[in-house]
Amino acid sequence: MDRPIRVLVAKPGLDGHDRGAKVIARALRDAGMEVIYTGLRQTPEQIVNAAIQEDVDCVAISILSGAHNTLLPKVVALLKQENAEDILVVGGGVIPDEDIPFLKESGISEVFTPGTPTEVTINYIREHVK
Amino acid sequence: MTLEERLINGDRRAVARMITLVENNDHDAFEILKKLYHRSGNAYVIGITGPPGAGKSTLTDKLVKHIRTLGKTVGVIAVDPTSPFTGGAILGDRVRMSDISMDPGVFIRSMGARGHLGGISQGTSAAIKVLDIYGCDYIFVETVGVGQSEIDIVKNCDTTLMVMVPGLGDDIQAIKAGVMEIGDVFAINKSDRDGAKRTAREINAMLDFSSKDWRPPVEMVIATENQGVDKLFEQVEVHRQYLEETGNFQQRRFDNTKNELIEMVKHKIVGQLMDESYKQEIVNELSDRVAKRMLDPYTAIDTLYDKVIKQES
Repeated sequence: MDRPIRVLVAKPGLDGHDRGAKVIARALRDAGMEVIYTGLRQTPEQIVNAAIQEDVDCVAISILSGAHNTLLPKVVALLKQENAEDILVVGGGVIPDEDIPFLKESGISEVFTPGTPTEVTINYIREHVK
Repeated sequence: MTLEERLINGDRRAVARMITLVENNDHDAFEILKKLYHRSGNAYVIGITGPPGAGKSTLTDKLVKHIRTLGKTVGVIAVDPTSPFTGGAILGDRVRMSDISMDPGVFIRSMGARGHLGGISQGTSAAIKVLDIYGCDYIFVETVGVGQSEIDIVKNCDTTLMVMVPGLGDDIQAIKAGVMEIGDVFAINKSDRDGAKRTAREINAMLDFSSKDWRPPVEMVIATENQGVDKLFEQVEVHRQYLEETGNFQQRRFDNTKNELIEMVKHKIVGQLMDESYKQEIVNELSDRVAKRMLDPYTAIDTLYDKVIKQES
């Protein structure tokens, strides 16, 4: 590969559980990607600001708090505001199936729920970054 | 608007994209840097180095916050290690920089060391230039945790800040060559811990032996509590003043530039060695013969040099 894919692994909202985010971060690293991890409890504004400064190809959001319907579309909207809608946005965590269509309509490209093999996420990111 | 124009206009996405491009050795990006290089040189570059877990990122966060109260803009380049096996990396320095991450006067960029020859190398040096052209008054370069390649940081910055912590080892550690010799200012972080005074004493004792004009100051800080940070920054400014008043500033920038040019030539030559398949075959064939003791490496190198490098020039 010419250059490593850069991914921002982001944890928005108030839940303090980042085991999932760290597992994903490590899997992406082992797949040869550069993973920027920004820590817990980030606002959508912080996530978008980091995504822009770091010039990432993908923002991978992990959320377990139940606030996904609010926070994930907000990240997409803010990216658009910064003319950065070319950045791929994916989500993961405890997200009920019935919420997924709404999230996809809001610009989240794919949602990975618990039990998804990391390979699936890795391949999805590889195939869909621009 | 072109990328070049956007960069001059201070477009943050353009800055970010330029850093990505130079990091990936993009030809067009270097064409832009060629044109804009004359605009750089105004930023004061501070290197932050020290062992892993010493608190380099936290201290950077607090120093930047302090500089922002003085109305200056800041760029931060935080380097983390790249896996030599997969090329992947986890860049986690932003976790400790949440205080400054939303400040529009601060631009933070994480970089993987990417196993470049010499640790901190072309990508980082070029990124410093991009942030300089963008107009940052200060640029912090935070290295990966301690190692021999740490010494490269000196070749890129005006003041090197060495962050130490208590309890890492006995005083023999402090007299080992290399890492201890490159600090212009020393910070003992986590100085509320046991042994902090002893660490400071040992470092001071070692520094007293130095015969250089500049005797690096040693400051006690507690980064997480924001204690001693303003005093530490004052010392950086004292070092800057010293450099400027003694003419050492120009000398240091000359030395840095010379080093950088030599590094870049090395990089180019190594690139030339492998850039075409017939050359790779020569390298492979020679390696094979040397490995099997059919040839000695010294003759092999002469052959390689004559066949590949000399032909080109």
